[in-house]
Order: sequence, then C-alpha cells, then structure tokens
Amino acid sequence: MIMLPEIGHYFLILAMLFALALAILPMLGYWQRNAILLAAAKPLTYVMMALTCASFLILAIAFARDDFSILYVSQNSNSLLPIWYKVSAVWGGHEGSLLLWITILTLWASLVAYKSETLPNSTGPVVLSVLGVVATGFLAFILFTSSPFIRLLPDQPVDGVDLNPLLQDIGLIIHPPMLYMGYVGFSVAFAFAIAALITGNLNASWARWARPWTNVSWAFLTLGIALGSWWAYYELGWGGWWFWDPVENASLMPWLAGTALIHSLAVTEKRGVFKSWTVLLAIFTFSLSLLGTFLVRSGVLTSVHAFASDPTRGVFILALLVIIIGSSLFLYALRASQVKSQVSFGLTGRESWLLINNILLTILTLTVLLGTLYPLIFDAFDLGKISVGAPYFNAVFSPIALLLIVFMGIAPLAKWHSTKGALLWRMAWLPALLAVTLSALVFTFHTFDAYLWLSFAIALWLVLMCVRDWLDKVLSARQSLWQRARKLPRHYYGMQLAHMGVAVSLIGVIFVSMNSTETIVRMAPGDRVTLGSYEFEFLGTRHVEGPNYTADTGVINVYQDGVVIAQMLPQKRLYKARQQMMTEAALNPGFTRDLYISLGEPLANGAWGVRIYIKSFVRWIWLGGLLMMAGGLLAAWDKRYRRKIGA
Amino acid sequence: MKKILFFIPFLVFVALGVVFYQQLGKDTEYMPSALVGKNVPEFKLVNMESDTVVSNGDMPNEPYLLNFWATWCPSCSAEHAYLGELAEQGVNIVGVDYKDEPPAAKKWLAERGNPYSLVLLDEMGRFGVDMGITGAPETFVVSAEGKILYRHQGVVDAEVWENLLKEHMQ
Amino acid sequence: MHPVRKKRMITIAVILVILAAAIGLVMYALSQNINLFYSPTQIAQGEAPHNVTIRAGGMVVEGSVERHSETLDVAFSVTDYQHNVRIQYTGILPDLFREGQGIVAQGKLNENGVLIASEVLAKHDEEYMPPEVTDALEKAKAQ
Repeated sequence: MIMLPEIGHYFLILAMLFALALAILPMLGYWQRNAILLAAAKPLTYVMMALTCASFLILAIAFARDDFSILYVSQNSNSLLPIWYKVSAVWGGHEGSLLLWITILTLWASLVAYKSETLPNSTGPVVLSVLGVVATGFLAFILFTSSPFIRLLPDQPVDGVDLNPLLQDIGLIIHPPMLYMGYVGFSVAFAFAIAALITGNLNASWARWARPWTNVSWAFLTLGIALGSWWAYYELGWGGWWFWDPVENASLMPWLAGTALIHSLAVTEKRGVFKSWTVLLAIFTFSLSLLGTFLVRSGVLTSVHAFASDPTRGVFILALLVIIIGSSLFLYALRASQVKSQVSFGLTGRESWLLINNILLTILTLTVLLGTLYPLIFDAFDLGKISVGAPYFNAVFSPIALLLIVFMGIAPLAKWHSTKGALLWRMAWLPALLAVTLSALVFTFHTFDAYLWLSFAIALWLVLMCVRDWLDKVLSARQSLWQRARKLPRHYYGMQLAHMGVAVSLIGVIFVSMNSTETIVRMAPGDRVTLGSYEFEFLGTRHVEGPNYTADTGVINVYQDGVVIAQMLPQKRLYKARQQMMTEAALNPGFTRDLYISLGEPLANGAWGVRIYIKSFVRWIWLGGLLMMAGGLLAAWDKRYRRKIGA
Repeated sequence: MKKILFFIPFLVFVALGVVFYQQLGKDTEYMPSALVGKNVPEFKLVNMESDTVVSNGDMPNEPYLLNFWATWCPSCSAEHAYLGELAEQGVNIVGVDYKDEPPAAKKWLAERGNPYSLVLLDEMGRFGVDMGITGAPETFVVSAEGKILYRHQGVVDAEVWENLLKEHMQ
Repeated sequence: MHPVRKKRMITIAVILVILAAAIGLVMYALSQNINLFYSPTQIAQGEAPHNVTIRAGGMVVEGSVERHSETLDVAFSVTDYQHNVRIQYTGILPDLFREGQGIVAQGKLNENGVLIASEVLAKHDEEYMPPEVTDALEKAKAQ
C-alpha cells in the first residue's frame, strides 16, 4: 500500500508512452497504407484509458486515506474533511484537475474507439491518433510540471492545509467534471475535423460523424456552466449569478463557439456548404477550450478563482497550445484553401439564417475573448494595468445576444435553399404581435424600461415561434395531432427544447435584473426589516461547531402577511485549518423568487451587518440551462446517427 | 489572394501567442518591499519556549535570518531540513511562527528538530503585517544592528542560500 | 450582375455591416468601461484622475480600519510600503478582508484624495507558493 503513489506516477508515465505510440503509429499506418499499424489505434486507446483511470483512482485512494506524505494531498485535504469532500478534493487543485482533464480525454477517446465501427476504415484510426497527440501533450505537461504524486518525504506534515473552504460544497463536487466533459468533448469534433483535413475527405460525412459528439459535449458544457453559476450564486455570498470573471469567460467562449459549431455542422451535413468554415470552427472551439485551460492555469490573468499559478507551467501550456493549435491552423491554411464548394446556397434559405447565427455567435465569442484578453494586450504594450469590468460585457453582449435570439425564432421555420417571404410573414406576424403586447401588459404592473420590455418581448417571441412551428408541423397533415407529434424526429424536439431553454434562461435574467430587491442593513437582535412583501426579524446568533469549522449562525424569521413562513440560518464560518472566514448564505428557494440572506461582519452590541435579497425568477436561469442540456442530449440520441454510414 | 485569407487565423494566433509569452512570469500582484534598508519594525512577541515577551532589543547581536513559517504550510516543511543544515553551519536563524497554533508548532519542532535560536509566536499575524509579508515561508536577512538587508519570498534551499542570502550575511 | 456574384456581394455586405456595428459597440463599451489600476504611490503623486472609476490596491494598514458603530460605513488605508491611500466603503467587506491582506478596491477618488470604493476585492489564498518552491520540490524528488 505504501508504494501506491509511486505506482500511480508510473502508470501515468506508461500512459504517456502509449499516448505517444497512439499519436505516431496509426498516422504512419495511414501514410504507408499499413493495415496493422492502423489496427493498433483501438487497443492503444483502451490501454491508455485504463492506465489514466487507474492512476486517477490511486490519487482518490490517497485522499481517502489521508496520505499527507503526498504534497498535493497535504495541500488540498485535511483529516477533518468529510469523506465526500476528500474525494472531490482530488480535483480541487491544479494537479488533480489536470489529471481529471486527461482521464476524461482518454474516456472520450475510448468511446470514439468503441463507436468507430461506423467509420470508414482509415478515418477512425486517424481520429484516435489526433486524440493521442492531445493526450501526449497533456500527460507530458502533468508529468514534467505538475505531477500530483510528488512526495513530501521524509518531512511529512502532521495534517493537511485543507481544501479551500470555497470549494467545500456539493456544487463544486460535480461542477468541474461536467465542465471538463464539455471542454474535452470538443476534442472529438476537433479530431474529426483534423482527420478530415489530413485524409482530404472534406465532404459532408465528417460533419455527420461529428454532430452527435458535439451535441453531447455541448450538453455537458452547458450543465457545467449552469452548475458553476449556481455555485457562485449561493456560495460567494452576494447573490450574483454571473461575474464575467476570466475563468467564467474561459468556459463561456467554447460554449458560444460550440453552439455556432452545432449549427454550422448541420448546414455542412445537409447542404454541403460552409465546409471550410465548419472545419475552422471545430478547431476554434477546441482551441478556446485549451485557451481556457491556459488562462486559468498559467496565471497570466488573475481571477477570483485563481489556483496557484506558475510561469514555468505557463510556458509549457503555451508551447502545447502553439503546437496543437498552431499546427492545426497551419494545416487548415494549406488544405482548406483547396476546397471548393460547388453547391451555392440560397440567400433566403435556412442556410442563410444559420449563417447569421454563426456570424453573431462568432462575434459574441470574439467580444468575450477581447474583453478577457484586453488587460493582457494593454499591459503588453505598457499602457498600464487595467481591468475590463462587467459593464463592458453587459453593454456589448446583451444587444448582440438579443439580436441572435430574434433570429432564433425565425431560422427553424425557414426551408433549406429558399424560403418564401410570404410564408415567413404568415407564420411570424401573430407571434410578433402577441409578444410585443404581452410584454407591454407585464410592464403595466411595473416601471417601464424600454430595454427590458424589448428583451421580454424577444423572449416571448422565441417561445411563441417555437410553439407556432410545432403546431404548423403537427397540424398540417390529416393524421391526428398525437400521431404527427410522435413522428417528428428526436433531433427536432432536441432543438425545440434547447431553444425553449434559452427563452427560459432569458426570462430568468430579465426578471432578476428587473424585479429583484436587496438591502444591506445593520441588525441588532430583535430588529425587523421589511423588504418587498416580506418582513425579516433578526433573533440573534448562536455558536455552531462543524466538522472542520466553527460558525456563528444568524437566526432570522421571515414573515409574510404577519405569519412566519420560514426561518433562515445564514452562517459565518471560520475554517480551522486555514483560519479562513467564509460566508454561508441562507436560501429560501422558490419557483418565482428566492429569498437570500448572508451575514456580513459582527458589529457592536450583538448587531451584524446583514444582506437580504429577493431574487425574482432566478432559478429559471439554471432551469433554462437544464432544458438546453436535455435538448442537446436528445438531439444526439437521434436514430439516424446510429446507422452505419459509408465514406 | 484567396489562399492568403486562409492563413489569417494562423497569423492572428501567432500574434496572440507572442503577447501571451511576454505576459508570462509577470507577477500581477507584485508588491515591492520598501523595508529593505530600514530597521525591523518595533515588535513585542512571545518567546515560544520561555513564554516571555521579546522585543527588538532581544534580537541576536550578529547578522541573522528571520524566517516566517507555519505548520499549515507545506512549503515550510520543504525548507525545514535545509534550515537545520544552515543552523548546524552556525547560521543564526530566528523563527516567527506565523498565524499558527502554538501546540502544533511545538509538536512540529519536537518531531523535526529546531533550527531556530529563538522562536517567536505571531498568532494573529500582526508582526507579519508590519514586515509586509504576503505569505509563508518568507525569509529576511537582518544585520547585527537590526537593519533589514534582504527579503526572500518562498523556500530557502542551498541554491537560494549560496546565491542570494549568503552575501548579505557578512 | 451575375447572380452568383450578386449573392456573394450581398452576403459579404451583410457580414460587414454586422461586423462594423459590433466593432463600434465594442469600441464604445471599452472606452467607457475599462478601469486603470493605480498603486498608492501613483495616487499620492497625483497620477490618478479624480472622479473616474479606477482600481487601487495594496496591503491594508495595521490599525487603520475604522468602522462606524451604527452604519455599515467603513474606512481603511492601503499601502505599498511607500505611500498610503485612504479608502471609504459602505457595505459588507469580503470574507478575506483582513489587516495585512492584499486587497484591490474599485471606485472614484474624491477631491481629498480619498477613494470612495464601490467594490472591495480580497485575495483568495494565503499560502505563498512561488515557482522556486516547485523547483525545489522537483529537485528533492529527483534525489
């Protein structure tokens, strides 16, 4: 048992060698038309996966057994930590989260290997080989700069530093794995695109193979981002749900590019146009995933989420980025310029609407990228140190996103190649009218704000257009509504669900910004405060001992119409090992509103600074995220992806 | 002409890579120590062994290292063995147990050996603030007259000692 | 005009219009919303503008934190060990705000050189883990 970490380290070295073989042999096999080398791809992938999984498991065991002789364990765990946090502490720091990253990559690669039956003979191995290149790079990165298995012998610490208290939370147990499933999943679409460039088969078929993979990764990334936002909401103690923090932007950018990719893959598959653009987008999406890793890990940007950062690691990741992205873009420049798209596309067809979708999503991605990197570029030219705050992102992002959502209502109705204006008008006039009126009605109960009114109208427009489209499809035939509804393919329902999800999130965002109230007050025991239709009574605090912290718990009764509807218990915790203060907010969730209370600092005479928020419809933001995720999965599950297809 | 268009993504990426490279290693939170060349700030701290109060006048009358450490700090355990070697070579090291619990600190020194001629308890981290430290471990070279000659952030090992600290100890 | 060429012209025109609008929006938003960082020394030497949102950071000076007993007003000084800047804030300070911690405040300077902060951010980690440490550990491992 005592040698287990060394075995884990050894497994990682072996995994890197197998990854290297996977990166080289099938490629050689492809150039030399050698079937044996090509056939090696699958077993190599499986062995690489087994090795990384075993080494991940060994690290998890080390955490569970409190093996503080391992530096990484001693920095991220503590004997008092509850067991589930010990396990999630595996990815609580830099080294372990990279190990999680690579483990997920090899799992994805194995899944591709397992499903590669439906691919033409040479494509599968080349795809796996591209994944092997990525895996080699990251395994080398782990081994040379950030191995989680480094020992602290003989001076083993008595106890660990503890997991950062911010990360001791259920949301953080599942957030990183989901996020990484998404990030890393885009490597599959990337590998398909590179394989298409290498083999020269830049026809519609690669798009068809890549589509379900892209959908599933996108669904995971959506869930990951939603979880991250939910975590930040209740854990950071002031009820914000998006901060435009570099780390959040790092996950948003691949999401935006991935969304564009999903749509552009559809056009390429169905109509054979935008071929080279789609390949570029696949490269772009995965590059942004890598860039996200780089930005978070290298310390070039500081952020509230920042893990220990280190320039040598930065140089290594940068080198990796240059090799992977640089060579992909170079290959793209050489190969894609030879592609000619013969099929021209119709100006009024669905492809044009999706082109607008792609343009807008790309612009959104670039604005976020610019905002995130602007401080860097500014500093690089010695213009000073700056920060680009949330106002920039809100000012730029929201109008473009709203415009995008307007088009989202139209595109599903449009026909491929060409759409008659009369048809669009017939379908759209009623939803447009209804949306504008209903939105205006809602605002008669509230102070009028033109921008919010417009946003709400757009959200309603999207919902109504989705419904209109569905009705049009199920009512147009003679069969019964139920029969028709069942016959519509899964990918259609997937799309509808995801679009509805966007509308639901948008409604959440609008109401949170329009209808939320908050107050920051000084409350002594017995004090009452009225906010909205609620009254809050502060009864005082009591002392609580947790497993690895001590806390002051505020006791607050909430009254509505004179009746107590809830008792809320916000906490101020002091984590012993790190001597770190943490605010644990109290939440009273609801479908249309959340009550949110967090304790500030103790003031004189038993009084405390208390923040109270009423957040309207805030849950809808994440509910929308769940709908989008479900939509992405449903679309990937469509029957037609499971048929075998020729080259 | 059209071919050049396809090289644009590549070129943009190369430019970005150059910017990133320049940024690496720039410490975004660098705080210069203005204390170098000045005297150690006034302090009154408890001596861990004797439980007596120690102040500036009680410090060694020869050049010494002032080392901030804590039991919660893995990097401190990494440098501990080397501090022991230095102490054997006759280097005078004063330890400041920073934001720590005294029983844990005593246990730690009992188990691993005590390289310090004097251990001061800075449980609240007040002295650390006065010295402008940003974390542990940090080590200062202080002259016999109590003047701060050099500051080092991070682990002290043979290389750091030979190249950075030793020259200030004369 | 040839229909294919016409189609292409329209496509390119639409892309250019959207792109131009987006660039305009970005330029405008950037000119409004970037906040320069100033050190206490720079502020003391009068390099920082007044009544413009800026960021300032440094270590919170020992004993400088003053709280109003009845409201949530708080004032403190930050230093870069050469100069100090006084900061005023109303509200609840972050958990990691402590004397001696590095913090960054965002706000506007008033006529008296006091920063009226709208936001105070504290550093999230206390442990110092510079690159040399990793090197040292690597070496320890290699032996």
